[in-house]
Amino acid sequence: MTDRQTTVLDARAMDRALRRMADEIVELNEGTDGLIIVGIQRRGVQLAARIVGSIRDREGVEVPSGALDITLYRDDLQTVGPRPVVGPTNLPWAIDGKHVVIVDDVLYTGRTIRAALDELADFGRPRRIALAVLIDRGGRELPIQPDVVGKTVEIGRTQRVDVLVSELDGRDAVVIAAKTSA
Amino acid sequence: MTSALGKDLLALEPLSSEQIRLILDTAEPFKEISERSIKKVPTLRGSTIVNLFFEASTRTRISFEFAEKRLSADTVNVASSGSSVSKGETLVDTARNLEAMRIDMVVIRHGASGAAQFLAERIESNVINAGDGTHEHPTQGLLDLLTLRDHFHRLDGLKVCICGDVLHSRVARSNIWGLKKMGAEVAVCGPRSLLPNAIDELGVTVFSRIEDAIQWADALNVLRLQLERMQGGYIPSLREYNRVFGVTSERLARAPKDVLILHPGPMNRGVEIDSDVADGPHSVILNQVTNGVAIRMAVLYLLSGGRPELAEAAKGGGGR
Repeated sequence: MTDRQTTVLDARAMDRALRRMADEIVELNEGTDGLIIVGIQRRGVQLAARIVGSIRDREGVEVPSGALDITLYRDDLQTVGPRPVVGPTNLPWAIDGKHVVIVDDVLYTGRTIRAALDELADFGRPRRIALAVLIDRGGRELPIQPDVVGKTVEIGRTQRVDVLVSELDGRDAVVIAAKTSA
Repeated sequence: MTSALGKDLLALEPLSSEQIRLILDTAEPFKEISERSIKKVPTLRGSTIVNLFFEASTRTRISFEFAEKRLSADTVNVASSGSSVSKGETLVDTARNLEAMRIDMVVIRHGASGAAQFLAERIESNVINAGDGTHEHPTQGLLDLLTLRDHFHRLDGLKVCICGDVLHSRVARSNIWGLKKMGAEVAVCGPRSLLPNAIDELGVTVFSRIEDAIQWADALNVLRLQLERMQGGYIPSLREYNRVFGVTSERLARAPKDVLILHPGPMNRGVEIDSDVADGPHSVILNQVTNGVAIRMAVLYLLSGGRPELAEAAKGGGGR
């Protein structure tokens, strides 16, 4: 794939954005008490781990974290085929009465977050659920808005935002590419 | 559009190692759902599944039913007794009538080998074989593979011996196909009268002494001695069977390493397996039962959905 790519955030800018997001999450929660960070599979999980690391550096506190795979809660499972790969969900904390912050890489239609809210409701009743995304690209199809945003980009339907993380992609970056007909 | 497995799951023999691996890998995240306090995901909401059991079954039927319910499907159980089957209705007529009520999947257990395939060729719904005669029991084979992989973290090169009544066992056949496709070495051990004549052609080693099998194996899959076979004169007596072929702690103690013990159930304690082995530290018999639900959830998920006409209508609506 040699499509023309535009870099929105390079590795250092991405790191700065995530650190700022971590600070904003702690401010939003007025500290780290009762905070649980939950990453959405796949790349939200790596971003959540960075945010947890950043909070550890600043506050000296290890905030509990988990991973959520929303595939089984998707609203398009009757229409897409073949079956999407299901990743692991790992949420070993009681979330009742806690402040859960969902972390994802890109917020677009809002359908993933709708699914995540449904899945969290099956684990318990948090005091509050907030949403932190590295990229908000607009184009919402549901009434869902983020509480913490790394960067907002306005792009059309024919384009795609890819968040790359070194754990899975070999480097950290956010790039815009033409949507391939997949 | 069909899934990566096709329309039906009828046997392991026609599957590729990639397809088997896909099912095993898909089962992994499904294990977690059964550990939740709310053991339910909305994945098959609105799907209707009929469990058509023409043969007695507790474990398999309940396992399928849990898997279906934990995926939010609506389920109906039909047993041969107390249904129109006992009035002489044919298998196809029963299934066509059910299909006329707009069902999505059929899980079938039947005493005749090939019944699941016969049905799958005649109805639109997805068909899952829950055991047909002496042919195959694919989800049992898959859950045995998953249990072995959980413990050894590999299947390739693993030495597994299937012990007992191989001749009448669909579990044995599904295990042999599944294990060999995944690169395991397979042996069988039992009285010659309970081994198929052409067993060598399946590419398995044959042990006539259980002691030799135990020396060789990493794991034993001990089959239920089907007591109804006693009338057929296949074995002289249960006591003699236990004395010659029983898996006992004395025999296992002489093995060079710990041998993992599997059994598809229901067990005849004191016949093919002794109680202290079944309940011992190397038994994973209850893990098999737990894994059975996850495997069946994975199969239901992989066979479901994929309606192309709806996909066309939904085009434009994206993810994220």
